[in-house]
Parts: sequence; C-alpha cells; structure tokens
Amino acid sequence: MPPRCIDNLFLRFIQLVSLVSIVSLLFIIFFLVKESYLIVQEKPILTVFTDPAWHPLDGQFLLLPMMVGSLLIMLGAMLIALPIGLLTAILCRYYAPRWFATIIQRLMEVFAGIPAVVYGFWGVMVIVPAIAAWQAPGTSLLAGILVLTFIVTPGVTIISYHNLSQVNQTLLHSAIALGLSRYNIIRHIIFPEVKHGLITATTLQSGRAIGETLAVLMVCGNVVQLPGSVFEPIRTLTSNIALEMAYAMDTHRSALFLSGLLLLLIVLVLAFIAESMQKPKAESQ
Amino acid sequence: MKLPSNYNPADILLAGFSWLSGLLVLLCFGYLFADIFSNGYAHLDWQFITTAPENAGRDGGIAPMIISTTILLFFALLFSLPIGIFSAIYLAEYTSYEHRFARLLRYALNTLAAVPSIVMGMFGFAFFVIILQIGFSLLAGALTLAIMILPLLIRNIEDSLRNIPHTYRLNAAALGLSQVRTIFQILLPMAKHGIAMAVVLSVGRAMAETAALLFTAGYVMRMPDSLMDSGRSLSVHIFDLSMNVPGGEKAAYATTIVLLFSILIINAATVLLSNQITRRSPM
Repeated sequence: MPPRCIDNLFLRFIQLVSLVSIVSLLFIIFFLVKESYLIVQEKPILTVFTDPAWHPLDGQFLLLPMMVGSLLIMLGAMLIALPIGLLTAILCRYYAPRWFATIIQRLMEVFAGIPAVVYGFWGVMVIVPAIAAWQAPGTSLLAGILVLTFIVTPGVTIISYHNLSQVNQTLLHSAIALGLSRYNIIRHIIFPEVKHGLITATTLQSGRAIGETLAVLMVCGNVVQLPGSVFEPIRTLTSNIALEMAYAMDTHRSALFLSGLLLLLIVLVLAFIAESMQKPKAESQ
Repeated sequence: MKLPSNYNPADILLAGFSWLSGLLVLLCFGYLFADIFSNGYAHLDWQFITTAPENAGRDGGIAPMIISTTILLFFALLFSLPIGIFSAIYLAEYTSYEHRFARLLRYALNTLAAVPSIVMGMFGFAFFVIILQIGFSLLAGALTLAIMILPLLIRNIEDSLRNIPHTYRLNAAALGLSQVRTIFQILLPMAKHGIAMAVVLSVGRAMAETAALLFTAGYVMRMPDSLMDSGRSLSVHIFDLSMNVPGGEKAAYATTIVLLFSILIINAATVLLSNQITRRSPM
C-alpha cells in the first residue's frame, strides 16, 4: 500500500475515533432526557415548583427545597473561598517571600487533587461535631458550606495565581516607574487586567461546587426543607439523587433523572458564562 | 514579581488581609492533614493493606478495595488512552483551531468535562448497568470513569503535541517521511512526557472519584473475581465507613491515609514530569 493511502486511511480512522467523545456526550444527554420523559409526560414540568412536598412515592415531586439547598451551599462556599483564594494568591505573588509562596502553591496543588470524599469524612469527624457543640444538630447548611469551601479553595487559589502571573510585565514596570503605590498597582492596574479570568475561574468552580455530591451528603443532614438558618439541615439536588437512586422506581426514578438533567443544565450555563467571559481577553491579545 | 514596598494605610490593610488568608489556608489545611495522620496512623500497618475487611470494615484490612481501585483505574485507562491519543493526534495534527469539526469536538469535550460526577453515575447506571445489562460491576465503573477522564487526557496530550515546534514536521516531510510515520516515529516519542503527564493527571482524577462509582461499580466489599464482579473503590470505602458503619472511623482514617499517600505519589510524579517537560522543551 502506498504511504499516501495509509495516511488517508489513518486520517479516516482517527476521525472516527474522535467521534467517541461526541457520541458519549450525546448519549448522556439522550439518556437523561429519555429517563426524565416519564414524569414530564404525567405531570406538568412546573410541578417541581408547585407540588406541596417531596413525597415521591405519593406522586409529589417538589424539587424546590433541593434547588435552594444546592444554590445556597454553592453561593456560601464561593463567598468564602473567593476572597480567601484571591487574597492568598495576591500574597503569594506580591507580598510573601518566594519560599513561602512555593509552599502554599505546592500545598494547594496537592489539596486540589484530594478526593472530595476525604473532605466529607473529615467534615463528619471534625466540622460537624464542632458545630454541634455550638448549635445542634451539627449536620447543617453551615457544615456543607464549610466542607465545600475546603474543596473549592485550592482551585480558586491556583487559578487566581495563574491569572495574576499572566499580567503584562511592561504594564507593571510602567506602573512602578510612575511611582504608584503597591496597593494602587494591585487595585487599579492588576485587578482590571485579571477580572475576566477571575470571573471565569469563579464560574467554573461554582459548577464544580454545585455538582459535588457525597462530601455534601455526608455533612448536610439531608432533610428536605427550606432552611430557616445556617444551622438547619438541608438536602441538595445531588445528594437527593445519591440517596434515592438505589431504590427509585417509575416516576420517582424519572424525577431523579429530571433533577440530573437540571444539574447538567445549570453546569452548562455556568460553563457557557465562563467561556463567554474569556473572550474579551483573547481578543485584546 | 516583587512590587516596591510602600506603606500607606490601604497597602498595610491589603497586606494584612492577604497574610491573614494565607495563614488561615495554611492553618486549616495543615490541621486537616495533621488530624487525619494522627488519627489514622495507629490503625495503619502492613496487615491493614494486605488483608480482607471483617465486621463490615471495622476490623481487618482493605486489600480488596486496593485491588478493585487498581482494576478500575487500569481498565478506565485501557479504554480511554487509545481514544485519547488518537483524538489528540487528530486535533493537534490535522485541524486548526477554526476547523469546524474540531470546534465541535472541543465543545463536546469541554461539556463532557463539566458534567457533574453524579450525573455521569446516573448515565452509567442507566446505560451500562441496565441497558447493556453489565450489572453493578468493575467493568461498568471503568467504562464510566473512562468517559470522565477522556477530556482531561485529550486536552493534555493535544497540548503536548502542539508544543512540538513545527520545524520537526517540516523536516520529516522534507526527508520524505509519510505523515503516519512522522506521527508515530517522531511526534509521539517527543510527546511521551506529556502523555505520561496526562495519564498521571487522569489517574489522580479517577482515583478521587466516588459519586460516579456508587451506582456503576457498586460497593461490594469482597475481593473481585472478575471484571463483571462488583467492587468497592477506596474512596467509596471511606464514604461507606463514615456514613453506614458506626465505629468504622479508625479504619476510615487509615484508608484515607492510604488514599492520600497515593495522591501524593501522583502529585510528585506530576511535578517531576512537568520539570522534565520544561527542561526538554526546545522553546
């Protein structure tokens, strides 16, 4: 066979192989839609907002408390992790001595790779009892937020640091030459430069936070309710799936798949925002 | 880069808060590490790693989980590495960033990477376990993991191929090498550290996975006999011990140390490999 022919065959072959990723994604979406079809067929879609409660065996499918739980826990964790991560990155980049910055960087890389279930376990052993000593029962929205903060902080720190180190050096040199103060350089020169990157990072990490399942399940108490305070237990969409998937049948099962589809949509919207935020930066370069 | 230090109130405040968060991070994560090690250390010995669990995991060891985890990782890579390498070759060598199919593929990969693991688990459950009738098995788990690590593999391998200077391809063409030979004899060997890096990162990602495995690989504690057996990964074991087994804390702590130790090794490998790559890089 002439090499030309082999080259062509090879190209066709790898094109075919590349289709695997696309087909997998389509399959995932197809199955989520197919499995959630049953409930949409039987009840109007708004039923997840209007039913009196979540009693799937009696045909009541109120998903609202779980959605609120997921959102609260995500927002709470991001509200703590974002300033801490960003400030830590600023510290490493502009204030701390080099050795200290390296230690924190390496540490964050290690912790970013640690399984979420480890944080969940540690939350059960340390965070929940600590909260319980203060306000019973301990398994609560607050515990979930804290554990999730542990999970997303390393990622936020790493990406913030990465964004900071990509700031145009000439810009910094000019700012220094102009005699601007360190605070003013960071606040007025560096921050506008990295803003888009930070928003991207935040949205991506939010996607991770809302998709987190077992660590949250372990510490949140999993009571289906709208929490009155941060000390009350909640249940998230993800934990709901993990808890009930094993025995769910028919419309109940279908409702769980519907909540999976919903999660996927939320994460995709976040990913879309992240991507569209990246654009202005790419164009300016 | 060091900025010139000047001390006005705003700067002192920013510096103060930065140091505060840095130290807080160091303290919290340090405490987590110290707590896990001090609590699990006593329970951890050679026997713990080499024997089967007894009494729902309270006593005995974690040998079946180590084996199950290894099998899961091995087969996930076996399925996705070839697909990953070929897809990456296609993206890096045959298409530009603007190419239509490549853009579609990249979009699909980004989306795939964003799918929450519990949703991936639901899909694996509905498709592999029920429709394909594989049942709760290591095979179903490995297939689900394979899809999960595919985006990570492809992105990293593509990057390492794109980092090879174009002159190598031109020289190979000038010497009359066919494109396939150029890829297999020049480009892939040059990208081998990058590929190794992609593998290491994917193993780390797959090892951390729990939610996707609950409904695919299942959580049977026995030593698996075959790929069609259900098997419990280390991460699922930690989850089960701390949620469903009162008195399982000691064993859970010790299992966590084993898992953390593996992650640390993987991390060290990543650092070494990325040093290799930057040193070898012709640019």
